[in-house]
Amino acid sequence: MQSFTYERAASAEQAAAAVAARPDAKFISGGTNLLDLMKLEIERPAHLVDISRLPLDRIEETAEGGLRVGAQVRNSDLAADPRVRSRYPMLTQALLAGASGQIRNKASTSGNLLQRTRCPYFYDRNMPCNKREQGSGCAALQGFNRMHAVLGASEACIAVHSSDMAVAMSGLDARIETISPGGETRTIPIGDFHRLPEATPHVETVLGHGEMIAAVTLPSPPPGRQVYRKVRDRASYAFALVSVAAIVETSGDRIRSARIAMGGVAAKPWRATEAERTLAGAAASDGAFTDAAEAALAGAVGHGGNDFKIPLAKRTMRHTLAAAAESA
Amino acid sequence: MTETKTSENRPSEPRNGVIGRPIDRIDGPLKVTGDATYAYENALDGTAYGYILGAAVAKGRIAEIDTAEAERAPAVLLVMTHRNAPAQPDFGPAVTPTVPEVFTRARPALNSERVRYYDEPVALVVAETFEAARAAAGLIKVRYDEAPGVYDLPGHKADAYAPKRTNAGFETDSVVGDFESAFAAAPVKIDATYRTPFEHHNPMEPHATLAAWSGNELTIHTSAQTLANFRAGVASTLRIPPERVRIVSPFIGGGFGSKLIAHADTILAALAAQFLQRPVKIALTRQQMFANAGHRAEMIQQVRLGADTDGRLTGIAHDVWSATSSFEEYCEQTAVFARSLYAAPDRVTRHRLVPLDINRGEWMRSPGEAPGMLAFECAMDELAERLGLDPIELRIRNEPAQDPERGVPFSTRNLVACMEEGARRFGWVRREPTPGRTREGRKLIGYGMAAAIRPNYIGAATARVAIDRDGRVTARLDMTDIGTGTYTILTQIAAESLGVPISSVKVELGDSRFPRTAGSGGSWGAASAGSALHNACNALKQRILEAAQSSEASPLRGANATEASFADSEVRVGQQSAGLADLIRRIAPAGFEAEGSVAPGATTESYKAYSQHSYGAHFAEVAVDCDTGEIRMRRMLAVMGAGRILNAKTARSQIIGGMTWGIGAALMEQTVLDPRYGHFVNHDLAEYHVPINGDVPEMEVVFLEEHDDKANPLGAKGLGELGVCGAGAAVANAIYNATGVRVREFPITLDKVLPALPVIAI
Repeated sequence: MQSFTYERAASAEQAAAAVAARPDAKFISGGTNLLDLMKLEIERPAHLVDISRLPLDRIEETAEGGLRVGAQVRNSDLAADPRVRSRYPMLTQALLAGASGQIRNKASTSGNLLQRTRCPYFYDRNMPCNKREQGSGCAALQGFNRMHAVLGASEACIAVHSSDMAVAMSGLDARIETISPGGETRTIPIGDFHRLPEATPHVETVLGHGEMIAAVTLPSPPPGRQVYRKVRDRASYAFALVSVAAIVETSGDRIRSARIAMGGVAAKPWRATEAERTLAGAAASDGAFTDAAEAALAGAVGHGGNDFKIPLAKRTMRHTLAAAAESA
Repeated sequence: MTETKTSENRPSEPRNGVIGRPIDRIDGPLKVTGDATYAYENALDGTAYGYILGAAVAKGRIAEIDTAEAERAPAVLLVMTHRNAPAQPDFGPAVTPTVPEVFTRARPALNSERVRYYDEPVALVVAETFEAARAAAGLIKVRYDEAPGVYDLPGHKADAYAPKRTNAGFETDSVVGDFESAFAAAPVKIDATYRTPFEHHNPMEPHATLAAWSGNELTIHTSAQTLANFRAGVASTLRIPPERVRIVSPFIGGGFGSKLIAHADTILAALAAQFLQRPVKIALTRQQMFANAGHRAEMIQQVRLGADTDGRLTGIAHDVWSATSSFEEYCEQTAVFARSLYAAPDRVTRHRLVPLDINRGEWMRSPGEAPGMLAFECAMDELAERLGLDPIELRIRNEPAQDPERGVPFSTRNLVACMEEGARRFGWVRREPTPGRTREGRKLIGYGMAAAIRPNYIGAATARVAIDRDGRVTARLDMTDIGTGTYTILTQIAAESLGVPISSVKVELGDSRFPRTAGSGGSWGAASAGSALHNACNALKQRILEAAQSSEASPLRGANATEASFADSEVRVGQQSAGLADLIRRIAPAGFEAEGSVAPGATTESYKAYSQHSYGAHFAEVAVDCDTGEIRMRRMLAVMGAGRILNAKTARSQIIGGMTWGIGAALMEQTVLDPRYGHFVNHDLAEYHVPINGDVPEMEVVFLEEHDDKANPLGAKGLGELGVCGAGAAVANAIYNATGVRVREFPITLDKVLPALPVIAI
């Protein structure tokens, strides 16, 4: 870990300005990912702006009937909020499926969205990694890639985004509110927030330098039953091999609408819009769920070690859709 | 729950003493309140902090190393590389002339520009703070001349060689009769090849050392299982007499075999402390432990079993190809247990090694049995199915009357009793013999079992015990408690032997100034150190009695000592009795002291005359998700016959810990060696999975009551590692029973069963 200077931000505007003023500055909140990366010198910020104490830790009702989640709400608190539990159960399930109790107590909402990949080659400075060092190559492509992406990857990078929370938020059409150094704000749909790797895997979101997440807004809960299903190598404290967040609205034997997002398969929470389309208006049947799963993974490409994720994601999605479609 | 069940091996005397009672750990309060001081927590004035920089390549040499910037960095005191490190002996040959020298040989660090494995230390930075040292290490620039290396066991299986011996000095091969002919003629056969992966110990406490010199005396606070090995290894490397090295290790946060010898933290702390004339503290990081603190090597195991149609084994072959290091050989004794477990007229076991450019493998919990039984006990399950026999019945039909390898009787062997008792308790009759038939909702349910065997070792050990005028007993020996409960069982042994309450006994361990023992490892600790202490207590009692009979001040003067007993803090001789403390005050105000010893087991007549092992049976129930293939444990049971149980609570903890290792080996533990770069890819605890609480189901442990009077005066046998032996195979066999999928490549992750799982209608 290299030495750094530290300041505690007094306001959101001041925090954004403080980071914008230095190209080598970064925000820090819970630090559950950044500090690990700093110890390994994968992140080497010279200046940290601590935003964890900003008054962005409230969960408020919105006029449209949703919730506005402050960026500094801790994962544990978000999961336990009675309004989240009752209206967005999928989000609580996803949060509680992530990390460990200790980490959830520290991790913030915005930090969770901005966590970096867990690709082991990214974590080892002696290995080629285009995300860590542009142009150095991708060791995972021909290497140990059991955990890696099957959708939206590129020759430059096949890393995945490891968040569970973000997958549920994707299915809920969350919007991310940011504040920029000048004080201006903007709202980014979660689907547009993370970028696919293409040739620039080191650029992971659409945020500008110094632009800070202030809140995440959840629209009013969509109709239908919500289910988050995470498949992993052990019962807890493991990243998703694949995960599926599904909201299925039924009317009699038919599906009115479905929203589906997948985790563990891409560099961002992967919204399965093709699958959603195949389900709209279809009979709530095994065949429809199977077709949806096929549609969701139609463009999937394995890299050897992660080939199994494609059938695994299909099977998981089929069953999760069925569970969500059960009499809501 | 834990239970002790009476079986035919009853103790010869009634036991009402404190040995065996499930008392809480003596050191428990210290540990939970943070008052137990671990190596890195020791504080000495003027301590400097070291940080090791590891090699970025797996094979080659350092062409250039630029330390200038690191040396100029704030608070840096020393940057040590091969250019300025104190002279040390060369590493020497890959195989030591004798087995003990493996533990005592010099292990030089930073003594050469060559790189032998990935993350091998290439520099040490010492600074006023840990943070300054680590930051400066990041400023060192190293250029390597990289050489091509070999990092792939299966691809180089053809290059395998036969080592001269395996770990612990066992023979490399064993051949009885003519296996190939017997196998060819066998009406029923299994020929199955299993793969077991690299695994890492990952004790909770990393390897850490604080070294301090006082004149030419070196004191090392470290985390060690075996103090004598550390002392000898440090002395050999620094070329100083062992008497000038003191090792202190009173508390150890787990070792599992990875702390039997000194590693780079110890050697470099000692060298840097000498160089700077200041105490120096170094810990390996979790990531560095993967390359620098031992591992279990990857193996390919072929098991061939021939049987007649009644299920009697006619031929047994267990062939093992294991990865080893190109510069230091380690051959795990993976097939050795198969020489004693079942009988067949024609048998062969062989060990072969494939040298890779990696660090040396080391002893990892249940070396030999852990990987060996994982394969072999699955093969027995495969054979049972082919024969249409229950797996327990198959094993009963092959129960030998005497040790098949040595031709001597067993001291005790309750394998069949363990299996039968386990079957009854587990509800084994409910197991559906045809796999893939039992479903609950969308889960496939399966039962599996496996046998367990582990040799009983006794290492040379001496203990010293003293009693003072207040009747307080102090036992001292250089034994260690690596979390197993050694403090507690030794306290119980001394208390029972001397007839004093637990609260009157203080056991002091982990200091090389105390009498030497074999330390903790190979499940020999309790029996070895315990027997030495038992003998020391007997010697102490003898000394007290002699004085009591002869001293003029003694109330027992002239009493007949052959009927003496020590109980309830009294000494009773015939009809006479005296309070122990009062007696000592009268006859020896300075108290008494005595020593006791045990000789290594293999040298004793009893060991030569009897086959000494602990046995057990493992049972497992798993649920496999039809949709995702996720495998989760439902319950496990172990029934163990391991001699006299010294503390029912710590013994149970040892066994459930071992069973948890079995879950890990069966389901998740694997370190991936990248065949291109030669590094362990998943070298942290996020990516190297060990079971967490949610993976560990309800576990039941039952001890069959035994007293092995051939093993040692206590009647106890090695226990800890028995919990691992076969546990993983029971899980694997349950997975087969649940799914009908036989996965022979460990760990059994969901991707390996998923393709064969039926798609069940929604």
